[in-house]
Amino acid sequence: MPNSLFEEKLCSDKFLVTTEIGPPKGADTSEMVHHIDLLKDVVDAINVTDNQSSVMRYPSLGGCLFIKERGGEPIFQMTCRDRNRLALEADLLLAHSRGIANVLCLTGDCVDVGDHKEAKPVFDLDSIQLLEMIKTLESGIDMGGNDLKGAPKFCMGASVHPEADFIEPQLIKFDKKVTAGAQFFQTQGIFDLGSLKRFMQYASQFNVKILAGIIVMASAGMARYMNNNVPGIIVPQAIMDELATAEKGKGLLKGVEIAARFIKTIKEENLCHGVHIMAVGNEGVVPDILEAADMVGVST
Amino acid sequence: MIVAQEKPLDEIRRMMDRYERVLLLGCGTCMTVCGAGGEREVSYLHEALRVAQARGGNGTHTFSEYTVKRQCDPEFVELLVDRVGDVDAVLSLGCGIGVQAIAERFPDIPVLPGVNTSFMGMSKEQGVWDERCAACGDCRLEQTAGICPITRCTKGILNGPCAGTKNGKCEANKDMDCAWVLIYQRLERQGQLEKMRRYYPPRNFRTIARPKRIVSKANIDAGGDDA
Repeated sequence: MPNSLFEEKLCSDKFLVTTEIGPPKGADTSEMVHHIDLLKDVVDAINVTDNQSSVMRYPSLGGCLFIKERGGEPIFQMTCRDRNRLALEADLLLAHSRGIANVLCLTGDCVDVGDHKEAKPVFDLDSIQLLEMIKTLESGIDMGGNDLKGAPKFCMGASVHPEADFIEPQLIKFDKKVTAGAQFFQTQGIFDLGSLKRFMQYASQFNVKILAGIIVMASAGMARYMNNNVPGIIVPQAIMDELATAEKGKGLLKGVEIAARFIKTIKEENLCHGVHIMAVGNEGVVPDILEAADMVGVST
Repeated sequence: MIVAQEKPLDEIRRMMDRYERVLLLGCGTCMTVCGAGGEREVSYLHEALRVAQARGGNGTHTFSEYTVKRQCDPEFVELLVDRVGDVDAVLSLGCGIGVQAIAERFPDIPVLPGVNTSFMGMSKEQGVWDERCAACGDCRLEQTAGICPITRCTKGILNGPCAGTKNGKCEANKDMDCAWVLIYQRLERQGQLEKMRRYYPPRNFRTIARPKRIVSKANIDAGGDDA
């Protein structure tokens, strides 16, 4: 039996759409809640980022609780940067007890790229060890070998980087994540459909669902910034040039247009099993992207 | 070897502010080789402190200087009894181990650190040192083609590269090689990529609990670590 509504959809042939919400820098959750209400019925699940880019924010688990309360389907992003194995296990028990059943297992960015550069990086586990740890919890014991009073159950996901400039070691890691039990993958940002096709030629041998990561660019400047500052991201010149053609103040509209075009092509050409839209601070445009991609009402 | 960096002169002067007679104590082993606290650095520091004092500032001091073969070795520390007996404080240019070895031997004398102990590493070129070992107590270099991911990957992860690597460099520092790219390339060259395909479980941080102690087998056979 599936552990979540999202897992049930993973088992179907449906083209899946997920998106993400970046929680607030502070205790005022009103905008996040507004975005949850806007998105919960137009996508299949909503990720909540976990101190994304090592910038301290309202926690992922807290955002997931809001999604759950408001009738949405959360994906709990969990990185290994800020918590040791005890804290990770404890948060997973909390998540399960509150009906949060989808977990995206990530290693996490290094603290050097964030806003707490003097913090101690934890990395007691890596993403693959986190997947293995969840299986251990599901078997009814913790990492210390102790019996649990009530075992949690999860639907596990992971990330993969099809556009890495040196792909072979990333593919080895992808294999290991599949072996460790990842059921779905949300990829890092895809800017070149050729690399997605090449990756899918490889990935289609595995029984896992691949959701192509779509980053919504708000301007050519943002693309340049991401190239220089966001780990692993390589926005090609053609996309930057296209963003640069936008009139002043209309960059986000151009970004929406590009994202919609990618999503439409991916769906029409059946390149992978779905998309994961990352609007990075512009969550409000996600319904516009889906409308422009002729995908209104996808989650129903 | 252990690599360190001299502390800034202002910090050293603030630490020794309250002590009149100070022994500047170098170390003749690692600190000499890495140029942070050998005989030469003791002499330079002595001169710099004299000049700073002459320009006025925080108090007057009488400095003496000496460099011992190894501050971490009781045999050599014992030779310091007379010199330390004549001062109000020791500024050790030994590594953190040296500072503590001197402090343990002389309970009544304040011992101040003159260097920041940085890492265990090797010389890459004249004046350039690179960290190579984290002393984790569970060496896995056989699995990683002689390249340590715990030391050289900023996250110390064991199962392959994160997605932050770009142009073969680390997401934490664009000038630093990604350890896992290096490991992959070397394993591939040696036809041993299966080592990277294996799953490596989380580290055991109790391998040797902190603070670590090693008792050599010869000592155990002789009846304990005091033998």
